[in-house]
Amino acid sequence: MPGKLLWKVDPGAVDRLAARLPLGSALISATNGKTTTAAMAAEILRGRARLAHNNSGANLVSGVASTLLDARGAELGLFEVDEAALPEVAGRLRPRAVCLGNLFRDQLDRYGELEHVAEGWRAAVRALPAGAALVLNGDDPQVGELARDRPGAVVFGVDDPSCARPSLQHAADSKYCVRCGTLYEYAAAYVGHLGDYRCPNCGHARPPLSVVARNIRLHGLEAVAFRLETPDGVHDVRLRVPGLYNVYNALAAASLAGALGASLDEVATGLERFSAAFGRFERIAVGERRLLMLLIKNPAGANEAVRTIVDGGVPSLAVIALNDAIADGRDVSWIWDVDFEPLLAGLEHLIATGDRAAELALRFKYAGMPAGAIEVIPALERALDRGLELTPEGDELVLLPTYTAMLALRKIVGERGFVRPYWERAA
Amino acid sequence: MKIVVGHLYPDYLNIYADRGNIAVLARRAAWRGHELEVHTVSVGDPVEPGAHDLLYVGGGQDREQALVAEDLVAKSDGVAAAVDGGAALLAVCGGYQLMGRSYRDFRGGDLPGIGLFPLETIAGETRMIGDVLLECELEPGVVRTLAGFENHAGRTRLDRGAEPLGRVVAGFGNDGVSGLEGCRVGRAVGTYLHGPLLPRNPWFADWVLAQALAHQLGEPPALEPLGDELEQQAHAVSALRARSRGGKR
Repeated sequence: MPGKLLWKVDPGAVDRLAARLPLGSALISATNGKTTTAAMAAEILRGRARLAHNNSGANLVSGVASTLLDARGAELGLFEVDEAALPEVAGRLRPRAVCLGNLFRDQLDRYGELEHVAEGWRAAVRALPAGAALVLNGDDPQVGELARDRPGAVVFGVDDPSCARPSLQHAADSKYCVRCGTLYEYAAAYVGHLGDYRCPNCGHARPPLSVVARNIRLHGLEAVAFRLETPDGVHDVRLRVPGLYNVYNALAAASLAGALGASLDEVATGLERFSAAFGRFERIAVGERRLLMLLIKNPAGANEAVRTIVDGGVPSLAVIALNDAIADGRDVSWIWDVDFEPLLAGLEHLIATGDRAAELALRFKYAGMPAGAIEVIPALERALDRGLELTPEGDELVLLPTYTAMLALRKIVGERGFVRPYWERAA
Repeated sequence: MKIVVGHLYPDYLNIYADRGNIAVLARRAAWRGHELEVHTVSVGDPVEPGAHDLLYVGGGQDREQALVAEDLVAKSDGVAAAVDGGAALLAVCGGYQLMGRSYRDFRGGDLPGIGLFPLETIAGETRMIGDVLLECELEPGVVRTLAGFENHAGRTRLDRGAEPLGRVVAGFGNDGVSGLEGCRVGRAVGTYLHGPLLPRNPWFADWVLAQALAHQLGEPPALEPLGDELEQQAHAVSALRARSRGGKR
């Protein structure tokens, strides 16, 4: 990878390459949704400028370097950035806009504690150029708090209690006040700890929202529609991807694109054109059957994947793939924090696969699934074939893989000629 | 029989999927005809003498750990009385540290512990992260292995003569140098191993259950064996991981 080489030989080259972009750079970071948010923002912005966009998910400094090297003639840099890499990337690129989505516990063996990542973000925000636009998810207490010292920040959030969850999910993060440590009270909790919070002790509360989603309508696995309210006006938007979490991604993309000068019409048109980001929610036709692939990588993200599937009707069969490479997290304990239980309402047969297939099988055994209903097939290709064999013609097979399992499964399907590599699709 | 578990601070200390450990205890008890009843014992709640057969405490991030440390000190007499009265105790990671005498974080701040285990913990600059494998001899002559994952900045030093939970085969253990992991005082065990610990180490889950039952029966009963093929598979993969990549900085 030339970016990695360049980065090693001459780290400052990244700064110079980025400085050549006539319209500057925009950065997007979050634990969950950064790839999708960046893909949505690209869909909105590509009519306005030629983009340098790291759409394959290479989101460390080296990945940004590679993208810059490959994108000759680009005008605007649009980069998703790893949470831990944000301070360094922002320091080098001197971005004109930064969009921060959320912080959830994720791969503790790699990132360390959530508080550590949050501290890095606070430092990155303090070091931003004065003129840089800052876009923040006000529904996340740690992220919304960053608006405190940046009065011009664009704050987005959801305001539709009809979509709220009855309570915070198990093992929610950031549920204690960032200022005084008291348990927040939630008027509405939407995704994980994202919601309308208020501290009963010191009064720290969700900041005022300038970009808001209201009147949200969830349409199973097909779509989600909402009313997008911005300082420039109001527009109804229908996304062709499902789930409340994608409303957050759309709000982030809309706010960022707006900060970069896109009109409300461009925003709405771009969002409605968007179909799916790499492996995040993909339907792939395999002969007479279809695969429905949803990436799982941490409790908050996996809970939303489960919720989305259940909203579309609980499948009777699923293939769940757990790997433990560095990119997946070597510590697999997070699967015990995922609320898989709603799947048990209809799941009759689970195929557990990946390097830690047995551990995943135990997760479902101790959730109450009969051991006879769980098949352990560590080899991904065999597991996929077994799943397809059990799927009737015309039906859909649900696949929930971790990151490296997703890459491997896509490759297997691709080698059989069923899916174009993502770099061919990217415009 | 009904087995009553006091789960300490599940709302604060839950970072490494501690509910997996509880789920394993509940199912394995139920498969033997026992019922596990779990009570939350959080900030401000007293530890009633004799009320629990097993106390469980998990791990948290530094922030949450600091939030509960002071409250735990207020419970120290209650916890000590419970353990003296024959209750079992399992403390994992941060909970293990707080059950020692003290925990010093890397900024030099001291969190008080409750001194149930004869040990002290001092945070180092680097974290000890990775897969880990132990050899344990909880009953003389019976050597068994525990496989798990560790992620801690604390270096825990046992007092001279204190009994560890096990010897490190692969991984860091208490402090990365002593070759010891965890601590045991009678029916009370503390360890850095999560993963969670119990699903992939069914013999140890049953040991903990038997110790909890001993609170009522006087002696730990023999529990009938279960079909643990999946558990053994998971244990084998985890042990393999520890041997190939545990204990590397």
